[in-house]
Amino acid sequence: MSRHQNLRNLDLDDELDDFDGGEDYEYDGLGDGAEELSEEDQENMRVGTIAVREELPPQASHVTDKQIREALWHYYYDIEKSVGYLVSTYAAKPKAQKKSKAQEVKKIPVDEICSKPFSFADFFKDTPWLNVPIERQAILIPPLCPKGGLLGGSSDGAPKISKLQALAAARKKKALEQKSSNTGIEQPMASLSLDQSASGSSSEKTTTGSSSTTTFGTRAFPIRKRKDSNPHEKVPKAPHDREPDLPPADVQMEMEPIDQAEPSAFANTMFSNASSPPPRRFESFFTLPYMNAATPTSTDPFAGPSPDDVVIAAQAKAAGKGGKGPPKTNGQKKVDQIANGVEALKVDDTPKATSKNLDVLAEFKKSKSKNAANFVVIGHVDAGKSTLMGRLLYDLKVVDQRTIDRYRKEAESMGKSSFALAWVLDQGFEERSRGVTIDIAMNKFETEKTSFTILDAPGHRDFIPNMIAGAAQADFAVLVIDASTGSFESGLKGQTKEHALLVRSMGVQRIIIVVNKLDTVNWSEERFMEIQHQVSSFLTTAGFQAKNIAFIPCSGLLGDNIARRSTEAAASWYTGPTLIEELDNSEPIARALDKPLRLTIGDIFRGGVQNPLSISGRIEAGSLQTGDALLAQPAGQKCFIKGLEIDSEPVDWAIAGQNVTVHLSGIEEQYLKIGDVLSSPSSPIQNIKQFTAKVLAFEFLTPMQVDVHRGRLHAPGTIKEIVAVLDKGTGTAVGGKKKPRIVKPGQVVRVVVELDVVVPLEAPARVVLRSNGETVAAGLLE
Amino acid sequence: MLLKKQNIERDGSGTITLFPEEPEDMWHAYNLIAVNDLLRAFAIRRVTTESSTGTTKSERVHTLLTIRVTGLDFDPQAGQLHVSGRVTEENKWVRVGAFHTLDIELRRDFTLEKNEGWDSVSLDVVKEAIRQDKEGVVPAVVMQEGIANICLITEHQTVLKQRVETGIPKKRSGRSADHDKGMVRFYETLLDTLKRHIDLAQKRPLLLASPGFTAAGFKKYIIDDATRRGEKAIMANKDNFLVVHSSSGHLHSLNEVLKSSEVLNKLKDTKYARETRYMDDFMALLRQDDGRAWYGPTEVEKAVEKGAVGRGGGVLLINNSLFRSQEIGVRKRWVALVDKVKEEGGEARVLSSDHESGKRLEGLGGIAAILTFPLEDLDDEEGEGEAVENGVDHEAVI
Repeated sequence: MSRHQNLRNLDLDDELDDFDGGEDYEYDGLGDGAEELSEEDQENMRVGTIAVREELPPQASHVTDKQIREALWHYYYDIEKSVGYLVSTYAAKPKAQKKSKAQEVKKIPVDEICSKPFSFADFFKDTPWLNVPIERQAILIPPLCPKGGLLGGSSDGAPKISKLQALAAARKKKALEQKSSNTGIEQPMASLSLDQSASGSSSEKTTTGSSSTTTFGTRAFPIRKRKDSNPHEKVPKAPHDREPDLPPADVQMEMEPIDQAEPSAFANTMFSNASSPPPRRFESFFTLPYMNAATPTSTDPFAGPSPDDVVIAAQAKAAGKGGKGPPKTNGQKKVDQIANGVEALKVDDTPKATSKNLDVLAEFKKSKSKNAANFVVIGHVDAGKSTLMGRLLYDLKVVDQRTIDRYRKEAESMGKSSFALAWVLDQGFEERSRGVTIDIAMNKFETEKTSFTILDAPGHRDFIPNMIAGAAQADFAVLVIDASTGSFESGLKGQTKEHALLVRSMGVQRIIIVVNKLDTVNWSEERFMEIQHQVSSFLTTAGFQAKNIAFIPCSGLLGDNIARRSTEAAASWYTGPTLIEELDNSEPIARALDKPLRLTIGDIFRGGVQNPLSISGRIEAGSLQTGDALLAQPAGQKCFIKGLEIDSEPVDWAIAGQNVTVHLSGIEEQYLKIGDVLSSPSSPIQNIKQFTAKVLAFEFLTPMQVDVHRGRLHAPGTIKEIVAVLDKGTGTAVGGKKKPRIVKPGQVVRVVVELDVVVPLEAPARVVLRSNGETVAAGLLE
Repeated sequence: MLLKKQNIERDGSGTITLFPEEPEDMWHAYNLIAVNDLLRAFAIRRVTTESSTGTTKSERVHTLLTIRVTGLDFDPQAGQLHVSGRVTEENKWVRVGAFHTLDIELRRDFTLEKNEGWDSVSLDVVKEAIRQDKEGVVPAVVMQEGIANICLITEHQTVLKQRVETGIPKKRSGRSADHDKGMVRFYETLLDTLKRHIDLAQKRPLLLASPGFTAAGFKKYIIDDATRRGEKAIMANKDNFLVVHSSSGHLHSLNEVLKSSEVLNKLKDTKYARETRYMDDFMALLRQDDGRAWYGPTEVEKAVEKGAVGRGGGVLLINNSLFRSQEIGVRKRWVALVDKVKEEGGEARVLSSDHESGKRLEGLGGIAAILTFPLEDLDDEEGEGEAVENGVDHEAVI
């Protein structure tokens, strides 16, 4: 109470004078003093005031009694000093005096002042520039699920008015326009409500409805107004159609009332006198649209406007429309000027695209796209992974005959005719000339049910980091096994085993085993059964469940049992599904749609002339849309989404599980590395230097140097400490308090890993530890 | 390093005057000088004098200072050693007790007196330092797509000279050219950087290590580039560019590089190759888990106490960072351990902490031992823990 009074009575100069002298004390002392003066003090004050009045020179005669009393209080009734102070403060600066006059005016009850034209300058008069008193600052609570804010437009212009001030200006302006009818402020906010949990679709409808009418109706306004992300300026002009009452009325029921329909929050702060209603909580003074969810509900059902008021307001609006609003008074013009200035400031240098503020989750549900599934193709080197996938794509007509013919001709000229199909995926010069897949190749194809992304992994042991990157994106795996004599055996010792263990420890549950090159052993069922027996026993020990393992005999080079059934007589013993049929059996995977955004950068490139910096990667959690701000870790740099692409098609939004290309703005390439993580600025991923993980040892573990891999991310580090051996089933520590000296393969241990550099990692990420070219362990961050 | 003067008594007291000749000697000096030693060397000191009228004049004077060491700062990249301490001998310019940081300089001798006397380990360091048949410096590039570490393997340390990192677009359908272009740009940057640190024309091996084909590609690039520019000296030197396999481009992959047969052929019995081998031997034994390999300070100390690190194959691996300890007691403890092992006929190998093998040892607590006979439960305080663990081992291992 007394604080508000103080605030009201404060003026700029006063405050600046007091600034370095413990202002809090001053305020309190002053407020309390005025109310609780003892009789003696009051007498002193009275006498002193008269004395000062007499002493004051004529040019300072306009000083109010109150100011005199303040001065006296501060100087402890020393009349000389008080006079000196008053003269120097008020007489020297006649402007300040005027302001204090204006203060007197403000004591007029609120209704009266509202009908008068309002000067914008007065409005901010006692708010020191960039030094808003702490009591007036809104407490911003980050929204739970930010949708690219309404305030986002101004977030990076360098010289600008603060958001709060801009908001206040806009609200003031609107309040003036609506002064005849006390239409609620809530409607615009309600229609922009981002609270998707309440009623995603209905509020969505209103948003689109009102915004579309706005675009038609406000042609006369400069188009850049659209860019201004502050909704309050345009929305009051919007409902000029004759039936605006229905949607707002609906909406009003759903939203929580914010009791500020009349006098606005600012008016309250500025104009309320001693008899004005008790001060509200500060949050509600500057209610931001964001805060709908966060603000504590105030349950005054009459705070909002009645439906009648809404209609009246709309009619008034529509009537005003023709005449371009009521004739503007001077004050109003001034307000407009400043508001325009604010807009101009904001529109300048905004490099980022405007956010459409979509409710991505709702959009996603609406879109009803096919199931999407990513699978990684793994196996020992030269098992025929790329050729198999090339055949798959060719048979599904994703790749046309002409391309294949061309590859065949080129491959023949290089003396590698059998590699023609693999060239569909192996496109690098090095890959083709050496006949080895080096990096993950990504290709898409669709069946009737599902749209698949192939991640063709390299089999060579040197490129296992790339394979890890691929497997990290996969929902299930296709393990290709070379059935030809000798190859299977060497493969099982080699990468067949390592890959299978890797994908398992990276969370892949389902695995399809393609027994390839069966044509070289004349489709021998015996061979197939032998392989099936050995591999399935190995996979079950690796932790795959028997129901998630499927075996298919085929020939990648010839195409048997891939898209079509084998026509070979020798292969007639197999009656199970083809590879495509088996792929189609995969069930859709649940994704972390509503978690905060996490996107590991898989590639950084120049997306084109207009997009100098683009990245691609798979969204691991959350969603994003054009215009969103992102935080790139570990650099800690903020950037903005300029555009989004999925499968080379521009889109407005993307969601967890999708492989997306993001065109970025507001960041330099040097801040981004492959393996970095983009996250939402409101809940960013943290950079860490050390972590504890529960890992399954593949090799002997001692405290040693390791490479830590997580998808594309890899960093050197050291196993600092082996904390305990854990029980495989229960995960509890066994072996007492004694720390294990060496960990044998197959044991589950808890280790502490220290990294040489900071990396963005968070539990429950799956990491792979490698050392000397071998995978030594894999597990989960704790 | 040259030994200028040695004046050591039987009890280990006395001084040694050394003359550093090359940057590597700074590393020896760093291992030799310990806190609380007396160091006497040339110094440049700024002296401020105040005249009777109150004007001050400061000048730089060259003077010989003796300080009691309080701290050492070694910069391996620049090969500089700064020793800070308090002056113990007064002279015309400096009072006793004044602080000074001596920069040990090349070609200026310094005199050292050990506070605790000269022990066997420090005398070994001196012996090592003044050895004349030096192994040459071998430059190495450990790389993978987009990352390269340029380092110099000297006899006693591995100095990371520079890390090169460029972004290389990954392969994407229809845009394979981006990747190839990125690789060329990476090679270009790397070669420019490499040339700034290393003279490629010099007749000595240059190790190029990478997984996959990156190193081979880089070698080809170097030669192509030299051909294009007509740098005959580099072209003639191409047999010295060794392409070696490593599992990653991170610096610790150097371990693998030094193991590979290509490198061992060229650099047969160099100190770092030897050290790498010691570590590998130890790790192999540790894997057998038969109680003959132990690591960690307390365990190894116990083993030595029991006489297990002695004649007939006992080996003590100790990181020289342990001798650099600021606390005198700690250093003494390790020196005593080394002496005991030597006494019993075992082998004590001091590994350089600035090599990758030394870093591996550091991970194990800086000390490890290969025993002549198996010992169990060195890490046990109370005996009963063993049965529990063994039981669990059988259960957990598949």
